[in-house]
Amino acid sequence: MLNKTLNISTSPHITKGISTEAIMRNVVWALLPVAIFSVYTFGLSALLVLATTTAAAVLTEHFLCKKSKKESTISDWSAVITGLLLGLTLPPSFPLWMAFIGGVIAIALGKFVFGGLGYNVFNPALVGRAVLQAAFPVAITTWYPSFLPERFSSVSAATFTFPFMEPATDGFTGATPLSAFKFEHITAQTSDLALGLISGSTGETCALLIILGGIYLIARNMMNWRIPVSILLTVFALSGILYLIDNQVYPSPIFMLFSGGLMLGAVFMATDMVGSPITPKGVWVYGALIGLLVVVIRIWGGLPEGVMYAILLANAISPHIDNAIRPRVYGTAKIKS
Amino acid sequence: MIHYKPVFKIYPLKREKNRRMGFINFHKNTFKHGIHPPEHKDETNGLPIRQFPFAPVIILPMAQHIGSPSEMVVREGQEVVRGQLLAKATGYVSVPLHAPVSGTIRKIANVPTISGKMSRGIYLEAFPSSSQEVMEGRPIDVETATPEEILQGIQNAGIVGLGGAAFPTHVKLKVPDGKHCEILMLNGIECEPYLTTDHRVMLEQADDIYMGIRYLLKVTGAKRCIIGIEANKKDAAEHLQKNIPNGLPVEVKVVPVKYPQGSEKMLITSVLGREVPSGGLPIDVGVVAVNVATTAEIGRLLPHGRGIQERVITITGPGVKKKGNYLIPIGTPLRYVLEQAGAAENISEVYMGGPMMGTAVSNLDISIVKGTSGIVVFTENEIKKHPKIFPCIKCGACVDACPLSLIPSKLGIMAKFEAYDEMAAKYNLMDCFECGSCSYVCPSHIPLVQYFRLSKSIVRKRKAAGDKN
Repeated sequence: MLNKTLNISTSPHITKGISTEAIMRNVVWALLPVAIFSVYTFGLSALLVLATTTAAAVLTEHFLCKKSKKESTISDWSAVITGLLLGLTLPPSFPLWMAFIGGVIAIALGKFVFGGLGYNVFNPALVGRAVLQAAFPVAITTWYPSFLPERFSSVSAATFTFPFMEPATDGFTGATPLSAFKFEHITAQTSDLALGLISGSTGETCALLIILGGIYLIARNMMNWRIPVSILLTVFALSGILYLIDNQVYPSPIFMLFSGGLMLGAVFMATDMVGSPITPKGVWVYGALIGLLVVVIRIWGGLPEGVMYAILLANAISPHIDNAIRPRVYGTAKIKS
Repeated sequence: MIHYKPVFKIYPLKREKNRRMGFINFHKNTFKHGIHPPEHKDETNGLPIRQFPFAPVIILPMAQHIGSPSEMVVREGQEVVRGQLLAKATGYVSVPLHAPVSGTIRKIANVPTISGKMSRGIYLEAFPSSSQEVMEGRPIDVETATPEEILQGIQNAGIVGLGGAAFPTHVKLKVPDGKHCEILMLNGIECEPYLTTDHRVMLEQADDIYMGIRYLLKVTGAKRCIIGIEANKKDAAEHLQKNIPNGLPVEVKVVPVKYPQGSEKMLITSVLGREVPSGGLPIDVGVVAVNVATTAEIGRLLPHGRGIQERVITITGPGVKKKGNYLIPIGTPLRYVLEQAGAAENISEVYMGGPMMGTAVSNLDISIVKGTSGIVVFTENEIKKHPKIFPCIKCGACVDACPLSLIPSKLGIMAKFEAYDEMAAKYNLMDCFECGSCSYVCPSHIPLVQYFRLSKSIVRKRKAAGDKN
């Protein structure tokens, strides 16, 4: 008896039982309702865009891992998140070949060149989108109306554009509430905004489902609640002040919160753990910075939407926030620097 | 389950020495961060302490404590009586060793220890039918003895910290010149999952604890004693509260359950709201902290002038059939312990100490030492295939867990780049007391605390090398 070879390991010998892979998988679960709703609103075109970007991201990750003779990392689900998020930021009528390029760039340039999961500076999906915005400025701002009666039987004319060809236009393009406000000064109904009954990017529509997804992740302790809260609070406070100053020129804070990509960005993109600061105080600064940039770009910038650039800029600053803001170590008076 | 009231305190504007600053301070009876691992304490906390059988041969390494090993004063073939001195202390930071059983010294040789190194040691064969009567020594009376005599008595009894550190207790109790001990803090926290030795000691040995407190108050010169107990041991707290002898300045304080509250620093912060300075000792904030089981041992041994021969150990875990709290002679081989307690067929890992900070045993031929507080046995069902290590995704879980507010994720990355000196100089690496909270919460399963153990030892070696030059 008792002649068994014992295993040895270093302490602690028990763990909490949460894994990185489980976190990523749960983010995908939280994103799925948003994706399904956008397919319901925009029909087949949206489904094709989402499928294309996700497939492009996963394939690129697998291919690059094999090329660099590493074990494929697609099983950690992070490529799926990147693909889905990218698809959700694109217009539903986006030509599929462009979407595919976006997915490839998001993984290759946004993540792989930095060293893969955990090492990327920027949110990979937003890197993909930024490149697409620069390369195809017209296609990415051609909006497709929601709730078309024939949305489940036909796709938008632009969807199957041949590579390097000018995308065809349907003749009817819907303006997003943000561009409508910016260029024509029309404010949309708040309830329509919250429920997603408006035109916009694939996933930028239904704020309610996005919030529910966020609550799910926060409840499972897989998301830092401070990030969305600080972003939304800052946007609300700043635009509230502006609205009080002059409610003719500046949009209402509620409109600011529920329009465009703010909800999706605040809940699912800014919270990308790799690109955000690590300490609670640093996270508040990071969130406030994003909120400030969103308001500045939206109101005084040349673009109707600024969430993407705001998050990318804050991603770049986040390592510096980590260096500058550190918790006071137990038993010390001040932070050493 | 947790019954405690947050205390709202308004501190005077004048800076009070060693107290956390702030005009208004929410002192919540706890420390910052920490974790809540599953406790598994109810498997053994209702089982009274039972005497464990004497093993036919016991193994006694000389290096059972922190400091220089004891020096043997017996020879092979000699017959010894239980309680007789086997080895004497070598220097100040060292303690003697007494015979845990009456028997014959079979062999003096190198014996295996938990660290994997061999140590000089004694194989002692017990007399099969001895009454195992304990030899009496020179008693130390708490009323008449001087503090120096008591300190000497504690060293002569071979007492070390029984909570697991095995640091000679008399060294810890010596208040340095120019320092003043205001409060004697008894540590009845026992925050390690599975372990219930301190719990049972508090329930069953209250008189010994109070006797020990008398000695300790006299040695340290403290005016009062506080016993810190976690809220999962309310019965022990009530029992101790009820049995406080008249005139003894003892206070029992219940604090909410959180790991690693059993660390002195965390305990002092939880109970008093004071922070032990980085690199300092509890005495820097006027506190001397001692484990309850150590105190009970002092209270039991000193009135008889005896040496320590046995200790209470929790034997538990899914791989053990007869779980319980046992009084086990020091030196009992682990193999004998597991045979008596009935180990499962598929045992996989055996830990000395708890699952958070305990050491995995590679060899069952090592023996119980003074610092062993528990034996936890896991079967193959608990030991999953080694989880895959992912890169750090900077989720911040470790930052929210670290009781010292260090940044384990950053330290982990720096350890990979071997930036040990910078870790120590800028990120307070040397403050880490290896509680393992960061590794416990890490979703990427990065062995953070192991990185820090290695980094700390490298920094210490470099410093020692630098001091020589």
